[in-house]
Amino acid sequence: MNPTETAIIKEEELDQLLLELAEQYGYDFSHYARASLRRRVNRLLIVDRFPSFAELLYHLRNNASYLKRFVEEITVNVTEMFRDPHAYRIIRTQVLPVLATHPFIRIWHAGCATGEEVYSMAIMLQEAGLLHKSLLYATDINPAVVEQARLGIFPMRHMKQYSENYIASGGTREFSDYYTAKYDWAKFDDRFKKRMITATHNLVSDRSFNEFQLILCRNVLIYFDKTLQDQALQLFDESLEKLGFLVLGTKENIRFSGIAHKYAPIAEKEKIWRKIA
Amino acid sequence: MAQDSLRRQRLVVIGGSAGSLEIVLSIVAGLPALPHAAVLIVLHRKQSADSVLLGLLAGRTSLPVREVEDKDPLVPGGIYLAPPDYHLLLEGRHQFSLDDSEKVHHSRPSIDVSFESAAYAYGADTIGILLSGANADGAEGLLRIKERGGDTLVQDPATAEVYYMPQQALLLHPGHRVVAGNQLHQALLEYL
Repeated sequence: MNPTETAIIKEEELDQLLLELAEQYGYDFSHYARASLRRRVNRLLIVDRFPSFAELLYHLRNNASYLKRFVEEITVNVTEMFRDPHAYRIIRTQVLPVLATHPFIRIWHAGCATGEEVYSMAIMLQEAGLLHKSLLYATDINPAVVEQARLGIFPMRHMKQYSENYIASGGTREFSDYYTAKYDWAKFDDRFKKRMITATHNLVSDRSFNEFQLILCRNVLIYFDKTLQDQALQLFDESLEKLGFLVLGTKENIRFSGIAHKYAPIAEKEKIWRKIA
Repeated sequence: MAQDSLRRQRLVVIGGSAGSLEIVLSIVAGLPALPHAAVLIVLHRKQSADSVLLGLLAGRTSLPVREVEDKDPLVPGGIYLAPPDYHLLLEGRHQFSLDDSEKVHHSRPSIDVSFESAAYAYGADTIGILLSGANADGAEGLLRIKERGGDTLVQDPATAEVYYMPQQALLLHPGHRVVAGNQLHQALLEYL
């Protein structure tokens, strides 16, 4: 089988798969961006060696346990610490000083994947002397990655890159002071974990659950179609205090969404907005 | 005019890696207005160099050049550049989408990913061009374009700064049209 063949799964097969996932398991992927989703399903057919689409469908129907793997593999969980350091630099210099004026700070990382960005934020809060009065909510659709986020243990091989990102974001401490190295793993200090609440949350079907001064949702909306993007942005709007901040991925935008008129850009290129209405 | 609007819209997808920048600029330089085609450029590049490349391209053409953001519309006449660190896909014929999933051939953006997505959306209306480079990215994708009836051009490896990438495409499928680097601009015009 050719690993890069694009047309293994037909459009009507993908439709059928999405319908059954929604009906049997309550996972609604129907408004995920189609081209990317098709690639993910094709990839899974190859990686898990299904001889045909019918086999995958049969397996999903009859093995509830396979659903867990399916969701893990269909959703993209790529993340890193201090990814796009410029965005973090602006959060450090322009957002945190505003948050500092609040008696209590609530931050939501929506679609946090394995949690690297949550720990990055916690480090910045610590350095700004704000961690003790902050709570970081980290949510993702995928239970497996939420568990990883809760542990705060990341591969040692990435620490050199993360350390460079940290410095580029304006960090001036010794990055390695924040974790303990053990074999191939870096375990981040427990004081960060103590300020975090991790949970599964599905941006498609779950509601707003609190009000925040800062919401970050980076490189999650790219996997949604415009309808679902708009719905998710509405959810963020409902969950954000007036004068709160919204941070998206550097190639994502609120420009054409229903909430655009309520937000003013803080940093156009880094995709940071402030809710003004 | 009525006939004009019935002409098929084409998508030109250009992929390149090491040693491809000058060729890309020479292809784009002096392109006429393209009411029936859009150009998509996918280059392997460092994340920090993004605005430099955009400026270089814009300096060579009067056509609008844009680095793609998620869900941007694809409009005929435009030149589009894949952003660093994302795969670039097409949602149907008129919308882009981005994807930050695993690297393909150690690359994000991957030329294979965009070529395959273009072949899927534009079929026989795709024109794929693969240039100089030091890895095998693009070979599979170019074959997908060919299989769907699109036109495929490969920079003559003998004229490439790094021959490996165009050579891989030709090893996988010898039927692509082979064109010297400095002739690619002229060759492309035949299809537009």
